[in-house]
Amino acid sequence: MSEYRIQGNTGEWEVVIGLEVHAQITSESKLFSGSSTGFGAEPNSHVSLVDAAMPGMLPVPNRECLRQAVRTGMAINAQINRWSRFDRKNYFYADLPQGYQISQLYHPIVGEGEIEVTLNEKDPDSPTKKIGIERIHVEQDAGKLMHDQHPTMSFVDLNRSGVALMEIVSRPDISSPQEAGAYLKKLRSILRYVGSCDGNMEQGSMRADVNVSVRKPGGELGTRTETKNVNSIRFMMQAIEYEAQRQVDLIESGGAVVQETRLFDPNKMETRSMRSKEDAHDYRYFPDPDLLPVELDDAFLEECLASLPELPDAKRARYEALGLTAYNAAVLTAEAETAFWFEDLLAEGVDAKQASNWLMSELFGALNKLGKTLDESPVNPKQAAELLGLVADGTISGSIAKQVFEIMLETGQGASAIVEEKGLKQTNDTGAIEAEIAKIMAANEDKVTEYRSGKDKLFGFFVGQTMKAMQGKANPQIINDLLKKALG
Amino acid sequence: MSVDKDTVNKIARLSRIAISDAEADKMVGELNGILAWVEQLGEVDVTGVEPMTAVISNKLRLRDDVVTDGDVRDKVLANAPAKEGSFFGVPKVIE
Repeated sequence: MSEYRIQGNTGEWEVVIGLEVHAQITSESKLFSGSSTGFGAEPNSHVSLVDAAMPGMLPVPNRECLRQAVRTGMAINAQINRWSRFDRKNYFYADLPQGYQISQLYHPIVGEGEIEVTLNEKDPDSPTKKIGIERIHVEQDAGKLMHDQHPTMSFVDLNRSGVALMEIVSRPDISSPQEAGAYLKKLRSILRYVGSCDGNMEQGSMRADVNVSVRKPGGELGTRTETKNVNSIRFMMQAIEYEAQRQVDLIESGGAVVQETRLFDPNKMETRSMRSKEDAHDYRYFPDPDLLPVELDDAFLEECLASLPELPDAKRARYEALGLTAYNAAVLTAEAETAFWFEDLLAEGVDAKQASNWLMSELFGALNKLGKTLDESPVNPKQAAELLGLVADGTISGSIAKQVFEIMLETGQGASAIVEEKGLKQTNDTGAIEAEIAKIMAANEDKVTEYRSGKDKLFGFFVGQTMKAMQGKANPQIINDLLKKALG
Repeated sequence: MSVDKDTVNKIARLSRIAISDAEADKMVGELNGILAWVEQLGEVDVTGVEPMTAVISNKLRLRDDVVTDGDVRDKVLANAPAKEGSFFGVPKVIE
């Protein structure tokens, strides 16, 4: 893919990036307890005695969380480990009542896989690159701390404590901020298709730890830093740019990069050291004695595979086979919601090309103007199919359809009812059209002469005039045919 | 395997256990005694023996994904040394 280089005083530098993405697994209840995962509840209301780590409480894994991790692994063609195990990652912090996080270090549930990304999803000619996935493991989320509510105390809310996360670890195969952005977008799209994570970065359902190092092209790997908890694609790209430049400046001025954890400050657009104590990373992992190994049987794996939906790459190929342009196929498949909307239109009997063109120009345009997402669309696929059906069977013309759609958006009325009420039906009455054509030709004799002496472009003028005289309701094909005959 | 006093102090610090210098000295001896005792297991030849994950052979039990717990805030907070409204209160921690 693109060559991304930082120009330093001593020559060019290459950037090496690996991402650890924490994705909240979509589930009703937590990984090891029956408490709700619902967002935005009263503090400490979605907490059981297990989540609060009361003595004697034992974790019992949620089957659905393991299933979603396996399905995600299958979606990136990863090795699924039939035997995996939970380990304790020990550290002391106020948001972690157990004093350890239950995670999977030594035997993750999902092994190596890969994701193919393109720098520009919407450009079919944009080069692609495969980014290796090292592993996906399942672990618990921690609670939430609030520092600004009291002069001497921090407040702890354990509602998130114990919510299931997948940590998706990439290989250091990423070599520019743009590639990192493309990778995160593609991963998010896959997770949403699979339904294993809602991908909502604003609510923290997906966040990235970004490992960055720099080196001379092809040289030895440099020391990396890890920028924690970046919660938007834009911020991640900015953090990489800043961090890579900082490392180059540091090395070129005679310093050395320290392996450390850093924070990105989106207001200042810079990363800064978290200045953690050096032994904060001494996690003393060991197998969790409260939990037996996870053993997946054939029936479980078969169900996981059978329940996988068609994924974006396969969908895109299929849409192209339906006759869509590569561009349209790419746009319609980038987000699961868009693809499902499109397929709902097809299920209502709309032609694929007609559906894709209408979605991309009319619906997206209208939603853009209204500032709404597809989920909030005032018109649903069934209603849209009714409108498009009227165009397909010649009841109304394409331009009238635009007017009808506007009215649908405003009033919520059905397309047929609007056409009926406003008398917008397309006419195939050749007599009426011929009468109008005669009038227009009489009123524009000079243009008729010009046309007949070879100025073909004027044909469009006559079509427009005729359509206008017919108040947009004439069948454009019939106008064309009759005009050709009349103008000779 | 054996531990020295620095290691003992480090483990104590990571575990948030305060120990005096004299206690640390004593722990070095005790921990090394325990480690040496456990190391005797190394004398057994376990070539070809699967690692044992549980004393009783048993399968991991899994739960269905349903909400069956929670909504016990008062119980959860009952023993907290400090609480403010619906929150646990802890000495301010900020990096």
